[in-house]
Formats: sequence, structure tokens, C-alpha cells
Amino acid sequence: MAKVKGDIVIDIEKCKGCELCASACPQESLELSRKLNSKGYHYIIKIEDNCTGCTNCALVCPDSVIKVYRRTEKSSEKVATITNVTGDLTVKVK
Amino acid sequence: MNERRMLGSDQELLDEHYEKVIAEESVCISDNLVYGKPETLTSTPMHYCPGCGHGVAHRLIAEVIDEMGIQEKTIGVAPVGCAVFAYNYFDIDMSEAAHGRASAVATGIKRVLPDRYVFSYQGDGDLAAIGTGETIHTCNRGENILIVFINNGIYGMTGGQMAPTSLVGMKTTTSPFGRDTHEMGYPLKITELIAQLPGVYYCSRVAVNTPVHVRKAKKAIYNGFKYQELNKGLSFVEIVTNCPSNWKMTPVESNKWLEENMIPFYPLGDLKVPKKEN
Amino acid sequence: MKELKLMKGNEALAEAVIRAGCDAYFGYPITPQSEVLEYLSKEAHARTGMVVLQAESEIASINMVYGAAGTGKKVMTSSSSPGISLMQEGISYIACAELPCLIVNVVRAGPGLGTIQPAQSDYFQAVKGGGHGDYKLIVLAPATIQEMVDHVKLGFELAFKWRNPIMILTDGALGQMMEKVELFPQIPRSFEIFEWATTGKRKERERSIITSLHIQPEKMEEINIHLQNKYRAIEKEEIRYEMRDCEDADIILVAFGLTARICRKAAELAKEKGIKVGIFRPITLFPYPYEVLNKLAGNTKMFLTVEMNAGQMLEDVKLAINGKADVEFLGRMGGIIPTPEEILLKLEEINQGVLQNE
Repeated sequence: MAKVKGDIVIDIEKCKGCELCASACPQESLELSRKLNSKGYHYIIKIEDNCTGCTNCALVCPDSVIKVYRRTEKSSEKVATITNVTGDLTVKVK
Repeated sequence: MNERRMLGSDQELLDEHYEKVIAEESVCISDNLVYGKPETLTSTPMHYCPGCGHGVAHRLIAEVIDEMGIQEKTIGVAPVGCAVFAYNYFDIDMSEAAHGRASAVATGIKRVLPDRYVFSYQGDGDLAAIGTGETIHTCNRGENILIVFINNGIYGMTGGQMAPTSLVGMKTTTSPFGRDTHEMGYPLKITELIAQLPGVYYCSRVAVNTPVHVRKAKKAIYNGFKYQELNKGLSFVEIVTNCPSNWKMTPVESNKWLEENMIPFYPLGDLKVPKKEN
Repeated sequence: MKELKLMKGNEALAEAVIRAGCDAYFGYPITPQSEVLEYLSKEAHARTGMVVLQAESEIASINMVYGAAGTGKKVMTSSSSPGISLMQEGISYIACAELPCLIVNVVRAGPGLGTIQPAQSDYFQAVKGGGHGDYKLIVLAPATIQEMVDHVKLGFELAFKWRNPIMILTDGALGQMMEKVELFPQIPRSFEIFEWATTGKRKERERSIITSLHIQPEKMEEINIHLQNKYRAIEKEEIRYEMRDCEDADIILVAFGLTARICRKAAELAKEKGIKVGIFRPITLFPYPYEVLNKLAGNTKMFLTVEMNAGQMLEDVKLAINGKADVEFLGRMGGIIPTPEEILLKLEEINQGVLQNE
């Protein structure tokens, strides 16, 4: 699997499908889903794994439904993240 | 299509699941989070139409409040208009003003609580038509508050009537053949007017239609709060924005129209910046 | 030791505002009450640190009051009739949002720009609403400058007790004339923080929202019912009135504020002529003392309402008496103050009618 630089999480229930994020995405990796959410909107989904974590989509999103993650130097040190406890527990191996 | 992104609205659950499934490969861990909903924004879904700039403007204010750590000391004033429910979305104390009077209400609050951060959030009908008097005098007194002015050139809440800032020739429900200056006067550049007043310390016009503009808008809002902290006087930030529903366009089209029509008439940038203190 | 002073009505009121520990005053000049703003501008800030701000209009003043009252501070405004008309929208918002504040109306004659002379023609506006929607102000009607002073203190107490706007309904004559007053000692400004107020959301509480917007009709009705229940409770607890020689009176004069003073002189003159005249003076115009007045109609069969208007409180007097006795009316308008002599003339005329009928 190729190293992913960035990724996003979309709160699809709150998305109103305005597509402003799609038009702001330089990687053209966002598109409307054919499915509807419970409010009756086609919601946005990521269709490509080429996200750079540039945050453009989240910046223009009027409903704050997009969380953006980007791999940083700091996180590349990690070997595992265990999440079955409250909060993240990072284990570092030297 | 990626199934893991369609689990529902519970972000935490989603994150947890996401991290469990692909813990080692995933970028989506809290250390890597570079952009998310600010804490000062409540989780209440906004009532605004899809693509409406209000949402971005709200988020930017909330981000600045978060970053300055002033949530407990900020009091907002909501207008009458689309943003009438703004108090549902900000997790701060708020007062809902009568139409056009937000800056007077903000004055009242700031005068009795001078150490709090007070801002009013007003649309073009509210600020530049019915509330022109309050706006100009609040600015002229140099009240130490921030006024955020949302200009989309139309009355949104009442269904698309002509606003004082509607462009010449713009079709609205009350200018169905286009705004005719002979009959209906000219679009009001109230921000230019306000920038002339000595009580105004900082005056800027921004937009939220592109990522670059959003970043600049946030900086302007930050400046507004910062100058308030420094007791400098009034800050006025106009946000030129869209109204897809009443402009009768898709959100993407409306932002294009904004770029091609609104911004040339309402040019972006600082109208008044503090003189450099030596 | 008593602190007695000879003071002009408006200035005495302003002095009482400072002494009541008021936090902020927002106002706009209008005759015949500009002395309130003038006096406060000169005295207040240096003495208690209270905020005094001359707004650009009455509309701005009342909305500044709305904002400041929402923070739980002791705030007020004052104006005269046309200015109060401009404030009505804001007053309706304040009443619905249940904010405590004091509004002083130094009434002048209308309608329109009218005249700067005194009148009582804002009774309806003060008591029956004035703005939109079903709401009530607690309305205090002082008849002396002493009462103007005392009502400021009482007004703030009632405003916070009921979280309701209070109106002091006085007039241009009381505002402008001089009288001896006893001033109450300075009450320190309170810095109490209320849970409901917009003072900045602390972590331990939910955010405070000051609003009068409830878009769901069910919710809006609930708010209305809550307000009405509050008004019923106010009617039970806060009725204030003054009675003089009403027990065995042939005729009872009903008047509020300035006219009640004139009626007192008229009653003395009538006594010399052998007519037994009582005086009933409501001090609170809302809540109105309907029941007391109704009981008085058991013994006395003739009432004369005297007002400086076309007959506004007259409607409430008739409602109170509910056909148990006759209600006559004497009113002067346009800024004319009725004289004791013309009231006496009317009393004699009524008395003659009563005698003829007997």
C-alpha cells in the first residue's frame, strides 16, 4: 500500500452536498455519493486515495463536516496506536 | 466507494473505528489532525442552505475564539435575517437583537462589561438598511467591539428581496427586472463609508469563497478580536459572500458569480489599517 | 439623619438613579426630560462609576438597554412620549426576553409631535402594551417628586424581582417643578452575576441566550403562558393605591399622578360646599386595583375620573366598577392641566344631578 500523505473524515450526516469542497480540491478526489443521507442530501465522498491533507476542502466547507489529517514527521516515529483505551496511547520503540 | 466513511455522524465512534481498522496505515489519528470543527462551534446542524457562506463565517469566528482562548469572555450579538439563529451554533453567551439594532445591543453589553469580547454579526439588510443609523454611530463612537458584516447583496431570510447592497441590474423578487438605479438607487458601499470614521480602528473586506480568501478572512477576524483586546476601538470586517438559493444558482456557480460580479464591485482588502506605532 | 433637598423633578429622579446603584443609563435628549440625561452626565460617573451614554436615538437607547440588561446589570433609560413610541419595539423584545430594566416616561401631550406641555395621554401605551404582542410592564405613577424618587428604588427592586421592564409614568409638570424631597442613602452598585445573563459562558454552566425568538408555535405559546402567569402573580402581589375619605363619600374622584394632586385641592373646595368627596389614586397602573375600586362602588354611587387625556384610565375605572355605579369623566388635552375650580364645578354639577334623582 502506498504511503498516504493525507486523509479526511466526512460527517456525512451533516453534509448538505454543496460540492464546494469538491471544487476546491486540487487533487479532484471528492465527489457526490449516489446515496442520500437521512436529511435527503447526496453527501460528499472521497473517491481517490491521493489526498495531500491540504485542508482546502475543510476551509470552504460551510458545515464543518470535514476533518483533515496529514502525516507529520512526529507521527512517522510511531509504530502503533492503540485505541481501546480512553484517548490515544502511543507506543514508541527505539 | 469507501465504506468506512459512511458510518454516521458520531465523529468519535467513526474515528475510533477508523483507527482500529487500519491503525498502522492510517493517517487519521489525532496527532495528525490538521483541521476540524472548532470547539466553540456547537454540534447543532446549521439551518443554512447548502453552500451558504454563513457557515464558513461562523466557523472562522469560532476558530479565532478557540485560538485566543476567549470562549468564556466572549459575548455575541445575533441579527435578524438568516443568521438570526446564530446563537444556536456558537457555544458562547449570545443576545439576539431586533432588526438592525445589533450594534446598539453590542454597545450596551460592552459598556457594562468592558473586559469581555463583544461582537455583532449582521447581514446587509440588518446593518446597511434598517440599522444604518446604529451602525454608523456605533462605529463613530469607536465602541471597542467587532462588527462582522455579511454582504451577499440580497435578503435571504425573507426570500430574496433587494438589499441595499444588491448590484446594479441584479434581479431579486423586488427588482424582478434588475436593480434600476433610477428607481431603486445605487448599491451602498457602507464599508467604504465606515472606513472614513475616526472611531474605526480597523476596516477590512474579505470573502470566503476560496481557500485563500478563507485564510485571509480568518486573519481579519483575528485582527478584530485582537484590537479589541488591546482596547483600540472599533473593528469592522465585511465578508462578501454568496446566497445560492436566492441568487438561484448552485453553490459552485454562486461562488463563481461572486468572483466575477460581487468582488469587482466590492473589492477585497483592508480599507483601514492601524498606523504603525514607532 | 434625613437628607432633605429642594429639587426639580427630573433632577431628583436622576439623583435617585445614582443612589439606587444603577449601572448604566442610555438616553436621548427630549423635552421635558432632558435634565435626567444632563444631571447624570454631570454627576453619575464620578460618583459611582455608572455608565451614562447619550445614544443617537431612542431606538438605539432602548436597544442598548436590552443589551446591557441582558448582562444582569441595573440599567435604565428615560424619554418623553414621542421617544417612548420609538422605543416600543425594543420594549416588546425586553418584555419577552424577561429582562429587568427601568424606563421613565415624562409624558408630554400628543398625538404627533404635540407639545412639550404635560399630559397623561400615554396611559394606553404604558398600560395596554404599546408594542406588539401580549406583554405587560409594571407601571408606576408617581404624584409627587418624593414618589418619583422612591419609585426609582422600588422600580429596580420590582424589575429584578419579576425580571420585567418597569415604567415610571410621570409627566412634564412633575418633571419640571420643584419640591422638597427626602433622599434615600446611596445603595452600592451590585456586581452580582446571574446565571441567566450573558456575562461570558463559564465552563460550569450552559450558555446564556437572550432572545425573544421561538419559531415553534408550541414553544412560543408556552412562553406566552409563562408570561401571563407571571402577570397574574404580579396582579396578586404588587397592587398599590392610595385612598382618601372614600368610606362615606358622595362622589369618589379617581385620578393618577399629577391630576390626583389637583383632585385633592378640588376635594377640599368641595368639602367647603358640603359635598363629601373621596379620592382614589392608583399608584400601580399595571397591576390595576380593579377589586378595591369595585368594592368602593358598593357604598358610593358616583365616580368622577379626572385625567389629562381623552379618557384612557376611564376605561379601566369602568371595567372595575362594572356598572355598579355611574362613572363621569373630566379630561383636558393638549397639555392643559385641569384646575381645582373646574373639577369643583363638575363635582357640583354631578352632586346636583344626584340630588335631583333622589
